[in-house]
Amino acid sequence: MVRTLLVRGMLVGLVAGLLAFVWAYLVGEPPVKAAIAVEEAAAAAAGEVDSAPPEVSRDVQSTLGLLLGILIFATAVGGFLGLVFAMVYGRIGQLRARATALVLCSAAFVCIAIVPLTKYPANPPAVGSGDTIGERTGWFFVLIVIAIVAAVAAGRTIRDLSPRWGVGNAVAAGLTLFVGLIIVAHLALPNENEVAPPFPPQILWDFRLANLGTQAIIWAALAFGFGHAAERAIAGQPLLGRRDRATATSPV
Amino acid sequence: MSTPTAIEPAAERAPIPVASPRELLPYWIFAGIVLMFAIYFVGAEEGATAVFSGSGVHELVHDARHLLGFPCH
Repeated sequence: MVRTLLVRGMLVGLVAGLLAFVWAYLVGEPPVKAAIAVEEAAAAAAGEVDSAPPEVSRDVQSTLGLLLGILIFATAVGGFLGLVFAMVYGRIGQLRARATALVLCSAAFVCIAIVPLTKYPANPPAVGSGDTIGERTGWFFVLIVIAIVAAVAAGRTIRDLSPRWGVGNAVAAGLTLFVGLIIVAHLALPNENEVAPPFPPQILWDFRLANLGTQAIIWAALAFGFGHAAERAIAGQPLLGRRDRATATSPV
Repeated sequence: MSTPTAIEPAAERAPIPVASPRELLPYWIFAGIVLMFAIYFVGAEEGATAVFSGSGVHELVHDARHLLGFPCH
């Protein structure tokens, strides 16, 4: 069963990555190109001509490289989702497979996309100083770890309070705890702002929306795709095919 | 519905855990390490830190890193 959940998590992750790539290519690449054009115009105005071609051409970066990077990320998180699902399914109240997948992916989307976006939002190329990339990368991952710890604490709070307070009140208490911990983290961690005034705000906004959309597509596809795949795995059915014929064949 | 489908009996049962934590622990450790490496190479290699010299890996996954929201440069 663990094997089946791991395999299906990676497969659904691969599909989620393909969907996210289509979005990232169509919606994300235009602001990336615009940002690079701004950077090159600024460099040309300053008299710095960068004549050396990049090791990997921009055409490859914006197609094959984009696809490869997103597929690696989505497949890895999809497989890990399968294992987290195997750990928590049947252990968080009476939640069934689809609901369990939806809860896990919603929490992951908040911890990995929404919380970092509110403190260290993604920047397009041309924004950022090489002097601070080390500490910015470090704080970015620290915030994600804090968010995951806060989400686990909130989940345990909901579980422990549900029998006494009822599920609705327990969920409200858990969410309040999560938001409170994230606010504390926001105030405690250092601010990083690399956006210099002449950079066009519309490009920044378009880019950040594209970033949010890429993450949203990955986690939505995982939530519904893996929820479906896991429900069938637990019922002993193959990933694809009609349900009524499914009992005759062996699962993946 | 007169002919119950195969999913219904399973769906009526309360969910039961699929594996014990002891059985799952090695999978978690292994997948966690693989996940860390995958995220490292897509998200951070040759930005803040570098294993390979040069910038080929950085440039190849450059756009994915930006659009997934990792700090890049």
